[in-house]
Amino acid sequence: MDVLYSAFSLLYQSGDAFAFLVLSACGLAVIFGMMGVINLAHGEFILCGAYVSTSATHMGLPLPLAIALGAGVAGLIGMLLERLIVRHLYSRPLDTIVATWGISMIVTQGTLIVLGSTMQGTGTPFGSFVVGNYSYSVYRIVLMGMALATLAALWLVFTRTRFGVLARATIQVPHIAQALGVNTGLIYSLTFGLGAALAGLAGGLYAPTMTLVPTMGSAFIVEAFVTVVIGGADIFLGTAPAAAILGVVKAALTSWQGQLAGQIGMLLAVIVVIRILPRGISGWILKERA
Amino acid sequence: MALLSRITSILTLLEGPQTLGRGRRFWSGFALVVAAASAYPLFADGYDVGNNVYFFNWTFMALGLCLIWGYGGSLSFGQTAFFGIAGYAYGVLTINLGDAYGLTLFALVAAVLISAVCAAILGYFLFFGRISGVFLGIVTLSVTLVMERFISQTAGPEWHIGTARLNGFNGMGAMPSLTIPWPGGPIVLFPDVALYYVTLVLLILVYLGLRMLVNSRFGNVIVAIRENPQRAEMLGYDVRKYQLGTFIIGSSLAGLSGVLYTSWGNYITPASMGMTAASLPIVWVAVGGRSDLTTTLFGSFLVLIGFQALTIYGSQYALVVMGALLVLTVLVAPSGIVASAVLLVSKRWMRKKPQSGEVS
Repeated sequence: MDVLYSAFSLLYQSGDAFAFLVLSACGLAVIFGMMGVINLAHGEFILCGAYVSTSATHMGLPLPLAIALGAGVAGLIGMLLERLIVRHLYSRPLDTIVATWGISMIVTQGTLIVLGSTMQGTGTPFGSFVVGNYSYSVYRIVLMGMALATLAALWLVFTRTRFGVLARATIQVPHIAQALGVNTGLIYSLTFGLGAALAGLAGGLYAPTMTLVPTMGSAFIVEAFVTVVIGGADIFLGTAPAAAILGVVKAALTSWQGQLAGQIGMLLAVIVVIRILPRGISGWILKERA
Repeated sequence: MALLSRITSILTLLEGPQTLGRGRRFWSGFALVVAAASAYPLFADGYDVGNNVYFFNWTFMALGLCLIWGYGGSLSFGQTAFFGIAGYAYGVLTINLGDAYGLTLFALVAAVLISAVCAAILGYFLFFGRISGVFLGIVTLSVTLVMERFISQTAGPEWHIGTARLNGFNGMGAMPSLTIPWPGGPIVLFPDVALYYVTLVLLILVYLGLRMLVNSRFGNVIVAIRENPQRAEMLGYDVRKYQLGTFIIGSSLAGLSGVLYTSWGNYITPASMGMTAASLPIVWVAVGGRSDLTTTLFGSFLVLIGFQALTIYGSQYALVVMGALLVLTVLVAPSGIVASAVLLVSKRWMRKKPQSGEVS
C-alpha cells in the first residue's frame, strides 16, 4: 500500500504543478502565439484577478462568480491597455516588453500605494481528504480540473467559433486576413483581452491559496515564462505538453529537495532544453510533422 | 616607431561611426565635464562626495547593458544577476581573506571574473541555442528572479562559505571596503574623496575603452549583427561568438558595478537582484538612448539623480514615475529621450550655421 500512497502523492503533486503551470502560462501563451509579444505585465493581470475576486468574495459574492468577475475585469483592462499602448508597438516586439514592464512597475507600486502592503485573504475552501499518511486539499483537485477545463475551452474557442477561425487566420498571414475583410485590429484587441482574462482567472483561482501582496504576480511569472519558452508559440502543441513535462520535473524535485529546488531545477532544465530545441516543443513537433 | 603608430591607430578608435561626438568641440566638452567632476570634491563636503559615488557605481552596469542591448541588439534583463553574483562573491572573498596585502583588489578582480564565467555559461546556452529577441529577455529575467529567491532563503547558519554567512533576505554585510596597499599605510576606500577619484578614473577608463571597442572591428561586427543577423552570418561572421563575447563583456561590467556597490556600502542584499532592481537599468539605458554610450551615460545620471530626488520627497511614487517614464520613452522617443534631444539640437545647429558645421 505504501507504494500506492507515494505514487498517489507524486501524481497529486505533479498534477498540482501542471495546473499551476498551465493556468499561469496560458494567458501569456495566447498573447505570444498571436502577436509575438511577451506581456511582462502578465503578473499584474494575475494580481488584478486575485484582488478583484477576493474583494468580491469579501462583499459576499460566491467564489465562482467572484473568480469570473476577476477574470472579466482583467480582460477589460487588458483590452484597454492594448488600445492605448501595445497597439502602437506591434512592429517592435522588444519595445513591447519594455513598455509592458513599465506598466508592471506602475501597477505594482500603485497597488502598494493605494491598497497597502497586503490584503485580507479568504482562506482555501472545500477542506481536505486523507490518503495514507498525508492529507490533501480538495481545492487543489478543483484547480487541476480547472486547468484541464481551461485548455478544453480554449481548444473549442480556437477551433469551433468564428472568432477562433478569424484569430487563426490572423496569426498565419495577417495582411491576407485583413485583405479578406477580417478586422485584425479588433482580433488583436480581443486576443490581448483573452490573454489578460486568462491571467485574471489564474489570479482568481489561486487567490484563496496565497497571501495577497502587490508583488504576488512575480510568484507566477517565472513559471509562466519558462513554460512559454520551452512550449513555443502554439498553446496546444506547446504550452500543454511543456507544462506536463515541467510539472513532473518540478514535482519530483520539490518532493526530493523542497520548493526552491523544484524551481531551480525547472529553470536549469529549460536552459538546457532551449539549447537542443530552440523553437520550443511546438516548433519541434511542427518540424517533425512537416 | 611601430609601437607609436600602433598606439595612435588605437587612439583614433576613440571616435568613429558607432559613437556620437567627434572633433575638437566634443572633446573640449568632454574635458570640461571631466574637469568639473574632478573639481567637485574641492567645493563639497567629503560626506556628500562619498555618498554621490553611489551614482557612479551604477553607471558601469548601464554602460554594459548599453553594449549588449543598444549595440548588440540582444535584450538582457538579467544584468542584476551578475551584479549580485559579483557583489556576493566580493563579500565572501573579502570576509574570508581580509583586507591586508591588497587582497581586496584581488577579490575585486576575482569577483568580476566569477560573474564573467557565469555570463559565459549562461550565454553559451542562450546564444548557441540561438535564442534571441523576446525569449532572451524573459530567460535572463527568470534567471535573475530565481537567483534572488535562492539567496533570499539562505538565512540559516548552514548557508555559509568559509566564515561568510549569506544571511538570506537580510543580506550580507560587514565586508571590508576596497583597500589599496601603500608604503605609508594602506588607503582604505571609505565613501569619501579618495573613493570618488578612484571610481571616477575607473569610469572614464571604462567609457573610453568601450568607445574604442565599439569603433573597432569587433564593434562594427556586433552592430552589423544587430542590424541584420542573417546578413552578418552570410558575410562569414560567427554571430553566436560575437553575441556571446558582447554578453560576457557587458555582464562583467554589471559585475564591476556589483563589487563597487558592495564595497561602497559594505552591504549587499538579494533585493538588489529582484524584479524592481532588474527594471532600473532598463529605465536608465532606455531613457538615455541605448544606441550610444555617451547618451546612455548622461541618461543614467539624469534618471539616477531624479530617482534619488523623488525617493527623498515622495518615496512611494518614485517607481511609478520610473514606470511611466519607461512607457513614455518607448511610445514617444524610442531611441531615448537624451539621444533624441541631442539629435534635435545638433540638427538645429547644423541648419543655422551650414558653413561652419563640420562634415560628419
